[in-house]
Amino acid sequence: MSVLQVTKLMKRFGGLTATDDVSLKVEEGEIHAFIGPNGAGKSTLINQLCGELAPDSGRIHLGGRDITRLPVPARVALGLGRTFQVTNLLDDATCRENIAMAVQAREGLNFRIWDAVAGRQGLWDQADNLLAGTGLADRSHTPVHDLSHGERKQLELLIVLAQKPRILLLDEPMAGLGHVESQEMITRLREIGTYTPMLLVEHDMDAVFALATRVSVLVYGRIIASGTVDDIRDNADVREAYLGAEDELC
Amino acid sequence: MILLIEQLLNGLQYGVMLFLLAAGLTLIFGIMGVINLAHGSLFMVGAYAGTYVAGITGSFWIGLPAALLAAAVTGFLVEALVIRRLYARDHLDQVLATFALILIFNQLITLIFGRQPVFTLLPDAFSGSVELLPGLPYPTYRLLIIATGLLVAGGLYLLINRTRVGMLVRAGASNRDMVRALGVDIRLLYTVVFGLGALLAGLAGYMTGPISSVQVGMGEQILLATFVVVVVGGVGSIKGAFVAGIGLGVIDTMLRAFLPGMLRQVMAPSDADAIGLGIASMGIYLLMALVLLVRPRGLFAAGA
Amino acid sequence: MKLLIAALAVLTLISVPFATDALGQPALLSLATRIIIYAIAAASLNFILGYGGMISFGHAAFFGVGAYTVGILASHAGGDPLFGFIPGTKQMLITLPAALLVSGLFAALIGALSLRTGGVQFIMITLAFAQMLFFFFVSLTPYGGEDGIIIRRTNDLFALNMRDKTTLYYVILAIGAVFFTLLWRVVNSSFGAVLKGIRQNERRMAALGFVPYRYKLYAFVLAGMGAGLAGALMANFLRFASPDMMHWTKSGEFMIMVILGGVGSFFGPIFGAAAFLTLETFLAGWSEHWQLAMGGILLVVVLWTKGGIAGLIAKLGGHGK
Repeated sequence: MSVLQVTKLMKRFGGLTATDDVSLKVEEGEIHAFIGPNGAGKSTLINQLCGELAPDSGRIHLGGRDITRLPVPARVALGLGRTFQVTNLLDDATCRENIAMAVQAREGLNFRIWDAVAGRQGLWDQADNLLAGTGLADRSHTPVHDLSHGERKQLELLIVLAQKPRILLLDEPMAGLGHVESQEMITRLREIGTYTPMLLVEHDMDAVFALATRVSVLVYGRIIASGTVDDIRDNADVREAYLGAEDELC
Repeated sequence: MILLIEQLLNGLQYGVMLFLLAAGLTLIFGIMGVINLAHGSLFMVGAYAGTYVAGITGSFWIGLPAALLAAAVTGFLVEALVIRRLYARDHLDQVLATFALILIFNQLITLIFGRQPVFTLLPDAFSGSVELLPGLPYPTYRLLIIATGLLVAGGLYLLINRTRVGMLVRAGASNRDMVRALGVDIRLLYTVVFGLGALLAGLAGYMTGPISSVQVGMGEQILLATFVVVVVGGVGSIKGAFVAGIGLGVIDTMLRAFLPGMLRQVMAPSDADAIGLGIASMGIYLLMALVLLVRPRGLFAAGA
Repeated sequence: MKLLIAALAVLTLISVPFATDALGQPALLSLATRIIIYAIAAASLNFILGYGGMISFGHAAFFGVGAYTVGILASHAGGDPLFGFIPGTKQMLITLPAALLVSGLFAALIGALSLRTGGVQFIMITLAFAQMLFFFFVSLTPYGGEDGIIIRRTNDLFALNMRDKTTLYYVILAIGAVFFTLLWRVVNSSFGAVLKGIRQNERRMAALGFVPYRYKLYAFVLAGMGAGLAGALMANFLRFASPDMMHWTKSGEFMIMVILGGVGSFFGPIFGAAAFLTLETFLAGWSEHWQLAMGGILLVVVLWTKGGIAGLIAKLGGHGK
C-alpha cells in the first residue's frame, strides 16, 4: 500500500484544464520529485493534495484511506504535512513559538482555557530540540517578521517536522535560497528523506537530481513522464518540454 | 386581493430603493474592498439637499439635480479625505472611521437643519393617484419611484455589461489585484465607483423623502436593510443587489402588512400587532440566516 | 514594575468612593461604576476582535441579552413563572449565572451561523443579527417593548445593602476583578495561544491541523458571555433594561473603546472605556452636539494613531514595538 496514492485527478478552471488525469504514487522511502515548466499546474496539484482546492474528479488516498473530500485539518490529522512555496508563518510570533504551535496542534488539549501555555514544558522542549544544531538556534526568540527569506524557509521545514507527518509535501523548498543555503537544505532534506517519504515540487534541478528517487514531469497539467532521475534525463519528450533549457537537464 | 397587489407594489418600490443603495455599496465592497458605513449619510445628504432646494424653489424637479450634485460632491470629498486613506487599512479601521463619519454627518445636518423632520414636496404631475385596476388607486409618485429604479437598473446593466468602464468594474469585483496589475489607474476607477455609489444613494434619498420622513438618522435605518441585501445578494454583484433588493423589499413589506392581521386570528389584537410587527421586522434577517446556511457567500457572489 | 502599577491602579479604584465623598461629586462614583461595567464589555469584545481577529459589529446584542435576563427574571419574581416553569428571582447569585448562560446560548447560535463567513460579510452579518434582536425586544410589549423594562430593586447579594451606591460599586469592582483575572488566564492558556495564531494566519493554523471554525466559535461564545455579564451588571446598576442596550450604535461604542484603548492589548479596554466615558461626560456637558467632537476625535485616532492608549503607554515606557 502506497503512502500516498492519487488516481485520475482532474481540475478545470473554466476553459483551462489545470490538472489533467493525474495519477501518481509515493511509496515508503521515496523522494518523489515533480518538475515541469511554469504554469504546468504544480501548485494546483499540491493544493488539491493538501485539501485547499477540491478536484473535479479523481481520488486521493493517504495510507489507503480516501481523503478526497476531507478538509485541510482532517488530512493533517491523518499525517499529511506541507510547506508553502511563499512562506506562510505566524509573523508576530517567534521561531520557537511557531514550532511550539505545531507541536501543540499535534498534542491536542487546546480547548483548555485554564492552563498556562507557557507551562506546557513538553511543547517548548520539543521546539528547542528541533531548533538545536540548526542555523536558527540562536534566532529562536526572534519574531518571524524580522527573519530573512532563507531563515523563513528553514523555519517552514522545522515546523512541518514538528508535526511528525507520515508524508511530506514540499512546495519549492529551495525557492529564493542562495547557494550555501541551498546546499544546506539539500543535505537536510536528504536526511529527512531517510525516514519520511516526500513529494517534492521543485524548479531547482540540482536539488532534484541530488535528492529524488523518482521524478515525474508535469506539463499542462498532465504527467508526460515518470521514472528515475536517469530515465527523465534521457527522455526526449521531457527535453522537448524544456525546449531551450537543455543545459538545465545536463 | 386588491390589498395584495397594492402591498406588492409598495414592496417593489421599497425594493427598488434598497437596490439603489445596495448597488453602490456592493460595488464599493467588491471593488474597493472598503466597508463604508457612511453610505447612509450620502442617502441623507441627497435627501436634505434636494428637499431644501425643492422647498425654496417650489419645484421637485429642480431639487433632483441638487440632490444628485450634493451627494456627488459629498461623496467626492469623503473619498478624497477619508476613504482614500482606508484602502490599505484593515476592516476594523474602515468600520470605525466610517462610523465616525456617521456621527459627524448626523451632527452637521442637525446643526444646519435642526432636529425636526423636513417638509417635503411632491412633483405636481405625480401627486395624485391612478386607477391601476378597478378599485385600486395607487399613488403615481410611487410608480415614478419604481420606474426610476428599474430605469437605473437597466442603465447599470448596460454600463456594467456593455461598456469598458463596466468591464473594469466587473474585473475589479472578482480580482482587484489583477486589475491593478493590468496598469489600470486604480485610483481613478475607485473614485468613479465611489462617485457612482454616492449618486445612487443621493437619488434614493431624495426620492424616498416625500413618502417617508427626511430626518437625521434616516440613512442608518435603511442602511441595515441594505447590508442584508448585499450579504444575501453576494458582495460585488449588481445582479445580486437587484434580485435580493427587490425580493427582500417585497418580503419585508408583505410581512409588515399582513402578518399582524394573520396573527389576529389566533391571539388578542394588541399582542398580535406587537408580535406581528416584531417578527415582520426580523423577517429579512431570518431570511438572511437561511440563505447563509446554504450559501455562505450569498446568492450571486462574485469571484475572489 | 508592572506589579507596582497594577497595585496603584487597584488602590485608586478602591478609593473612588472616598474620593467622590470628599470632592462632593456623586456623579464620579456613577462614572466609575459604568467604566468598570463597560470595561468588562469592551474586554470581551477585544478578546474576539483583538486576540481573535473577528470583527463583530453585533456585540451589544449579548450585552442587551444579559441585561434583559436580569430584567425579565426580576419581573417574574414573586409572580407567575416565566414560560410556566422558570421562577423569577432577584438573587444575583442566580441572575448573573443565568445571564451568562442565556447570552452564551445566543452567542452560540449567532456565532455558529456568522462564523461560516468572513471579512466584510462577517461584519455585516453580526450587525444584522444584533439588530434583529433589537427589533425582537422592541416587539416584546409584555416586557416594556421600546421603552424597556424597569427593575424596581437591584438584585440581592447575600445580606448586603445593594441600594447603597458604594456597596454596589464594590460588588461590581470585585466582579470586575474576578473577570479580568479569569480573562488573563484564558488569554495565556493553550486556547488563547491557538486563538492568537488564528488571528495571525488562519491558513497556516489549518495547515497545522487546527479547525479554525471551532476555536473561533468557542471564543465567540466566551466573549458573548462576558458581554452578558456586563449587561447584567448594567441592568442592576441602572435598574433598567432597554432595547437601546443592544442597538448597533452601542456595538459601535464598544468598538470605539477597544480601539481607543489599543486593540489586542490586555488592559486596553479598561483605558478605552475610561477614556470614552470620561470624554463623553466632558463633551456632553459642553455642547449638545458633542457627538460631532467625538466623531472627529475617533476619526483622528483611527487614521493617524496606532496602538491606542496602551500603545502610547508602551512607547513612553520605552518598550513600544
